[in-house]
Amino acid sequence: METVKNLIFILMSSVLVNNYVLSRFLGICPFLGVSKKLPQAAGMGVSVIFVMFLATLATYPLQHFVLARFGLEYLQTIVFILVIAALVQFVEMLLKKYIPSLHKNLGVYLPLITTNCAVLGVTINNITDGYTFPEAVVSSLGCGLGFLLAMVLFSGVRERIENCDAPECFKGLPVTLVAASIVSLAFFGFTGLAENLFA
Amino acid sequence: MLENIIAAVGVTAGVGFVCGILLSLASRFMAVKEDRRVGSIRECLPGANCGACGYTGCDGYAKALVEEGAKTNLCVPGASFVAEKVAAILGVEAEAVQNLTAFVHCNGTADAAAEKAVYEGVKSCKAASLLFGGQKACVYACLGFGDCASVCPTRAINVANGVAKVSPALCIGCGLCEKACPKHIISLIPRESRVAVVCSNRENGATVRKECTKGCIACRKCEKICPTNAITVQNNLSHVDREKCVRCGKCAEVCPVRCIADFGE
Repeated sequence: METVKNLIFILMSSVLVNNYVLSRFLGICPFLGVSKKLPQAAGMGVSVIFVMFLATLATYPLQHFVLARFGLEYLQTIVFILVIAALVQFVEMLLKKYIPSLHKNLGVYLPLITTNCAVLGVTINNITDGYTFPEAVVSSLGCGLGFLLAMVLFSGVRERIENCDAPECFKGLPVTLVAASIVSLAFFGFTGLAENLFA
Repeated sequence: MLENIIAAVGVTAGVGFVCGILLSLASRFMAVKEDRRVGSIRECLPGANCGACGYTGCDGYAKALVEEGAKTNLCVPGASFVAEKVAAILGVEAEAVQNLTAFVHCNGTADAAAEKAVYEGVKSCKAASLLFGGQKACVYACLGFGDCASVCPTRAINVANGVAKVSPALCIGCGLCEKACPKHIISLIPRESRVAVVCSNRENGATVRKECTKGCIACRKCEKICPTNAITVQNNLSHVDREKCVRCGKCAEVCPVRCIADFGE
């Protein structure tokens, strides 16, 4: 029971409280780049969930069975980037061959995720937070869900920004960044939510 | 010290090596075969992505040619030049392509066409035509807001004096303007044609005179002078049959309102 509670706690805190985009400011590039339209934002979000999950599955054992064994924890960043990039490429080929319809929908986003810092951030944080393997997997799913949530919410905000009459000097990216900061502030309202979930 | 360096380099290289082998195996066994002809056909196509062929851009057409056996003569901008190349790659007989250019069948310039109202709405033909058929008295008239010009991929259409005009030198005959025009007064005509009727008004002569001084009044002079019966008046409007026309240009000479354009020899 304790473990299930703990897993739910991790899930909720990674989706809402420690949202990767809006609280930790990782993965800002796709957040601003692909959030113009809702379907694309959702597609990107789903792809990120998928890749974060796979990346955690691959990097967690690597850290504990290879890097820790040789005392090479400091190589974490470079090795993880290598593995994630190769993994994404591999997944892309796999999808292209066996699930062409999914590849058509996710295909354009997969290469974008290759060097997404949110994915790298999740895998490294899973190690530094000292999670067990199930915890790490749940945390990666939660972070992916949080990314999807941020993308979908922000694409709604973006669509309204497009129609508003911003001052000339604010048009385009500046007003988008201001809006992103306000959405991020709104997410601070979740602080303390996860801790008090089972209180 | 040295051991540390060797271990670090070894592990990183090892991980990279494993990933590399995995990827190269994957690319070997999971490669999706793409027909090479698609690529070579795509290179022949003009790359304007105009959509005149009915497929989504040049990539879509190249794919359709190989996989669905689409006709080889659908590329309008590329004309017979492209059709021959494509047919050669596919190993089929080249089909004849008609070289077309867009033409606006209206000459209702500001000085000729009367206006029935002052339009101050959105500057678009589509919007204007929703309001009682537009600001001009003639409901068949070109409204001159340039919906056609804005979709033209080669900027071949200019709106001057209230009427859109296609420059044949720039026109690639994709037909996007034909689809964009809410009045349906743009059509594709063969490039080699000599004459074309510059009016679309189907009212009788008296009504036309009130609406526009350059409109076809259905006087049938062109019909009578035509040596091959290529030009006929149907629904109060002259029509040229391209099959019968011998390009003599007599109809244009005889037209009292000068609503038949003569492009010359």
